[in-house]
Amino acid sequence: MATKLRASVKRRRSPTSESRPVQWLLIGISLVFMAIILVLPLYAVFHEALSRGIDTFFASLTEPDAQAAIRLTLLVAAIAVPLNVIFGLAASWAIAKFEFKGKAFLITLIDLPFSVSPVISGLVYVLLFGAGSFLGPWLKSYGIEVLFALPGIVLATIFVTFPFVARELIPLMQDQGTGDEEAALSLGASGWQTFFRVTLPNIKWGLLYGVLLCNARAMGEFGAVAVVSGKIRGQTTTMPLQVEMLYNEYNATAAFALASLLAMLALVTLVLKSALEWRFGEELAASAHE
Amino acid sequence: MSAASTPAPRRAWSFRQPSVIPGFGLTLGFTLAYFSLIILIPLVALAIRSAGLGFDGFWKAASDPRVLGALRVSFVTALIAAAVNVVFGTLIAWVLVRYRFPGRRIFDAIIDLPFALPTAVAGIALTAIYAPNGTIGALFAPLGWRIAYTPAGIVIAMIFIGLPFVVRTIQPILEEVSHEVEEASATLGANRFQTITQVILPSLIPAILTGFALAFARGVGEYGSIIFIAGNIPFVSEIAPLLIYIRLQEFNYVGATVIATVMLMISFALLFAINLIQAWSRRRYGYGN
Amino acid sequence: MEVRVQNVRKEFDRFPALHDVSLDIRSGELIALLGPSGSGKTTLLRLIAGLETPTEGKIFFGDIDASEKTVQERNIGFVFQHYALFRHMTILENVSFGLKVRPRSSRPPASEIRRRAMELLDLVQLSGLEKRYPNQLSGGQRQRVALARALAIEPAVLLLDEPFGALDAQVRRELRKWLREIHDRTGHTTVFVTHDQEEALELSDRLCVMSQGRIEQVGTPDTVYDEPTSPFVFGFIGESSELPVTVENNELWVGGRAIGVPANGAAPGNARLFFRPHDVELVEADASLPGVVTNSRRVGGTRRVELAIGGSNHPVEVDLPFDHPAAEKSRLSFRPRRWKLFPAA
Repeated sequence: MATKLRASVKRRRSPTSESRPVQWLLIGISLVFMAIILVLPLYAVFHEALSRGIDTFFASLTEPDAQAAIRLTLLVAAIAVPLNVIFGLAASWAIAKFEFKGKAFLITLIDLPFSVSPVISGLVYVLLFGAGSFLGPWLKSYGIEVLFALPGIVLATIFVTFPFVARELIPLMQDQGTGDEEAALSLGASGWQTFFRVTLPNIKWGLLYGVLLCNARAMGEFGAVAVVSGKIRGQTTTMPLQVEMLYNEYNATAAFALASLLAMLALVTLVLKSALEWRFGEELAASAHE
Repeated sequence: MSAASTPAPRRAWSFRQPSVIPGFGLTLGFTLAYFSLIILIPLVALAIRSAGLGFDGFWKAASDPRVLGALRVSFVTALIAAAVNVVFGTLIAWVLVRYRFPGRRIFDAIIDLPFALPTAVAGIALTAIYAPNGTIGALFAPLGWRIAYTPAGIVIAMIFIGLPFVVRTIQPILEEVSHEVEEASATLGANRFQTITQVILPSLIPAILTGFALAFARGVGEYGSIIFIAGNIPFVSEIAPLLIYIRLQEFNYVGATVIATVMLMISFALLFAINLIQAWSRRRYGYGN
Repeated sequence: MEVRVQNVRKEFDRFPALHDVSLDIRSGELIALLGPSGSGKTTLLRLIAGLETPTEGKIFFGDIDASEKTVQERNIGFVFQHYALFRHMTILENVSFGLKVRPRSSRPPASEIRRRAMELLDLVQLSGLEKRYPNQLSGGQRQRVALARALAIEPAVLLLDEPFGALDAQVRRELRKWLREIHDRTGHTTVFVTHDQEEALELSDRLCVMSQGRIEQVGTPDTVYDEPTSPFVFGFIGESSELPVTVENNELWVGGRAIGVPANGAAPGNARLFFRPHDVELVEADASLPGVVTNSRRVGGTRRVELAIGGSNHPVEVDLPFDHPAAEKSRLSFRPRRWKLFPAA
């Protein structure tokens, strides 16, 4: 009996896993690495923001320039995200419900903005609408300012957040196929009815996921907006730009206070993202990061 | 490729297959129009401006020492950061996929922090930590090692933003590694170390390469997380995107355009390389696992 | 190498997969573990391999208690149902793997490894393909590579887990014959798991029939087919018909009628009669089993007739030559020629 017990206890480890000490070592190294690289910066934001006390924290946030930056950030996101949602829906409808030549190429093209540095994303609009271009002065003569104004910021933000919704929806809708829509059409529904009553409910979680990521990037974009906005204090500074300006003026605490709002947005995004992934993993699996 | 800006009429060659579902013209038309307006035309404008310099003019501007210095800084730091990320990213992916420990789910979610956190916020936070009086910077200051305001700081920032690319690329592949293959290796007499290094890791190579390329590409183009922690000293810690920005501030559109064009060419080459890796691995290993 | 399984019990999280199983495997024999899914046959195979450890009991390789040894130390060859080939290695590298991972002291030189691997590829009729990758081969070819890879380490015991389960019927039949040839040539002790009784009967020297974590019977294919020792084995191997009977006066009675079959000393009371559909003779006598024909169809060279027997809810099947005149009738009487009697459940 004793030998039987000893035998089974000694060989409890499966042949396809490492020994316990090795496992704990690897886990330890990974956790330390992640803590230093990922968690520490997050902690630093809140620590610095509150380093002069909670009153200073709130004072920084209610300051007029900060308020203007917050409002501008929200406004830009409120314009850019819906536009990219419409694009995402249109593109994924065209790609998922039809067969046509060049489809794979189109999908690759949609991912293009991911390969472009944010500064370049802003630069292209400066070249298009800046001094020395054709469009810039021409629009100015109609009273439309693109650069150093809201339209430019919106355009640059759309550029960098362009693919987010589309690349969530395309694989999802491709996976779902055309069966449901064909059924609806055969029952007499019009195209729009089919879209709103059949397609949209099917993709709602993927759409929400895409909107979440698109919004986080839209509110947080820095490089592209820095180039096109002219950083006119109180008028064309978004929150990230305002953070930079405060920091460069050695007003670190105020910079971190504003940054902490953005960090909270990031945390909320992460939490919602994880929640969506855990509960609707299979539905979103088609659009997993590659 | 034949994506004309309007859907072609029905011809013998047939651009698309007929279907009962409506909206093709509308959606494809809108898609192409939106894409052209927002992405294509601006990029083409950039290309035209570049071409307008003529080959000699372009080459002269591109080989300006400061430009070359900035490109070198960007590439070398991105390379080092991507390499570090490959090592630790693979380890982290392994630990997250294969082991169960308290807090695993939370750490799994935190990997995406660099995706979600605005770059400027990451920039100032990292600077605060690695500055000589910061949490970690203070540990190394007595030794005379500075991290912030040096290329080392740039590498750290690039590690931060590149990590999720490696982990998220490797994780799904690792999840699909067949249990039986590991058992087969054990029955043939391989110990655990041999199984991991000769059987499992080699099958991850396409994913590791892809993750490396993605992290590298992201590092090269990154701006906001880096300009705070870098010293921004030309030739030493000035990255290429910053030089573009500086040229724009000087209204030197030519200079900015040239650097941007060089960077874009390299980005697209990387993108192409990534697609090649994917295609090769599909051919060699077959689909899925 | 003989293998002795001694009173082995295996539980997975309280779920009992094997109850007190003992089996003696003779050196050099080809033995099949046969049973439906859930019978525990794969678990038993994996315990022999060392991929699982028994909850209780021991496994001996020869005189040595293998329970102390890891799977690497046991020197077994394992072939998986889905091949488990290393996709990033060529065929040659796959086959050579077991030799290359040996510790320095027992590793043959590279040229020797190559020679042995090529020899094995020749044995499995795949020479010329050594530079290919697994995804360039068909399923049958991949399984042959898997076998060559397992043989390369000169295993004490060869274990196969439903090796042909993932293949087409035609390929399966070919590989069956081929496996038998390889076994006869190399003489390894071989244990293979299958749920296909045709395969087990055709291939093995001995069969071990399992059900629900227990061994029902071990014997040669003929023994198991002709003399099954339990209702399960009778029903699982070959075709069978079953009838509830009563034993009285040392005779069998169905529905209040003696059927002319002696009970051979069985205890009086209820019992279950098993016979094979083709082991019957038609008789016109009072002491026989009369039945009403409810169905009749031709299956190849025989006619399968379904009869409703008075006193039983289950229809009973008998086989007749397809052109037998009696096949046209609506009532038939028959008696089993060979049968087995088991106690009532």
